[in-house]
Amino acid sequence: MDQKEALYQYWLRLGDDSMILAHRLSEWCSNGPFLEEDIALSNIGLDLFGQTRIAFTSACALEGKGRTEDDLAYKRPEHEFRSCHLAEEPNKDFAHTMVRQTLFSAYHLLLYKALERSSDEQLAAFATKSLKEVKYHWRHTSRWLVRLGDGTEESHKRVQDSLDILWSFRYEFFEVDEVVTELQKTSIVPDLSNLQSDYEALVLEILEEATLVLPEKEGFKATGGRIGHHSEYLGHILSEFQYLVRAYPNSKW
Amino acid sequence: MAEVEILKILEGVKDPEIPVLSLIDLGVVRRVKSQANGKVVISITPTYSGCPAVKVMKDDIIEALHNEGVESVEVKEVITPAWTTDWITQDARKRLLEYGIAPPVEGTVDKSGLMENPVVVACPQCASTNTRMISQFGSTACKALYQCNDCKEPFDYFKCLK
Repeated sequence: MDQKEALYQYWLRLGDDSMILAHRLSEWCSNGPFLEEDIALSNIGLDLFGQTRIAFTSACALEGKGRTEDDLAYKRPEHEFRSCHLAEEPNKDFAHTMVRQTLFSAYHLLLYKALERSSDEQLAAFATKSLKEVKYHWRHTSRWLVRLGDGTEESHKRVQDSLDILWSFRYEFFEVDEVVTELQKTSIVPDLSNLQSDYEALVLEILEEATLVLPEKEGFKATGGRIGHHSEYLGHILSEFQYLVRAYPNSKW
Repeated sequence: MAEVEILKILEGVKDPEIPVLSLIDLGVVRRVKSQANGKVVISITPTYSGCPAVKVMKDDIIEALHNEGVESVEVKEVITPAWTTDWITQDARKRLLEYGIAPPVEGTVDKSGLMENPVVVACPQCASTNTRMISQFGSTACKALYQCNDCKEPFDYFKCLK
């Protein structure tokens, strides 16, 4: 794999993670537990869609085949998506969504902090811009985790149950494959060897405050999203997300 | 057209969601370039990457320049350097307050952006500092929702982005 192909793939990973998660968050729109939280979830989704657009536009420019951000969002089949499993995970209840978002925002926060140092100008600019937004996501959702974890018996049980399921999804964030290795040769992707330990320390600090504990046994260890192997959920997401464009090709509004 | 004149025109182009601020006040317009062939190239930067107002801003810029006789206009989006609330001018902050939106409180986002408590924001109606944050996320991407504990009015806070 050459450097250009690797960077193209990396942009897809960044964009696809944000797009799929943003879609999940948009499913809360008009279904939030109360108005302010409804708006908050939609706003986080909106930030992520914005980050997706930058990532897709950058990927298309690099590819140089005249494709647009819309082509990447609406016209790729499931196996061409490079998102991780956590992003696809269904909303279930509010507790589950907050655990998913906290685990994701912690990753975004540390990854973007690292990518600010990228030797690729566009990737560094993307990370700097996105980091400012992600700080707010992290603050918001991690506060919720504390509130629910250190809340009632019922809210505590729900977030703990979700954490038990979702904690082992993190492995997919830290996988080093040929794409990452290629990009690290020229510091386009900086050294990420501390990412996993920093991540675990950051999350653990919140869990402690939230009176939550790590699961005794690891659950489903997510892998494969980065090469297009997904859970059944992605197909359902795309059938909704891409419906209009597929049913009415080239329609304008 | 000279770049100074173009800037003058752009001072009249308002933020579609906060009509008391121009795109110049906000720091959204980063660069104005008048080319020899008469074409004008304007670089803007989005406040938040998902800001839905960017499309309207672009259209409004083109329309304002067309109205002043500039036929050929290109509006480019740039993301670096990343927009920050530091670029909002002092005068614009005053106008925000008069409009009922609390301007960003300087130096409130620490470097890590982690667990700090919400900042103290004065109520734009009664100036009381006895206020509380209702949500980090408000009516637009750039605002948080607050309420005054004294006069009870809810209000928007233009949150700090650094």
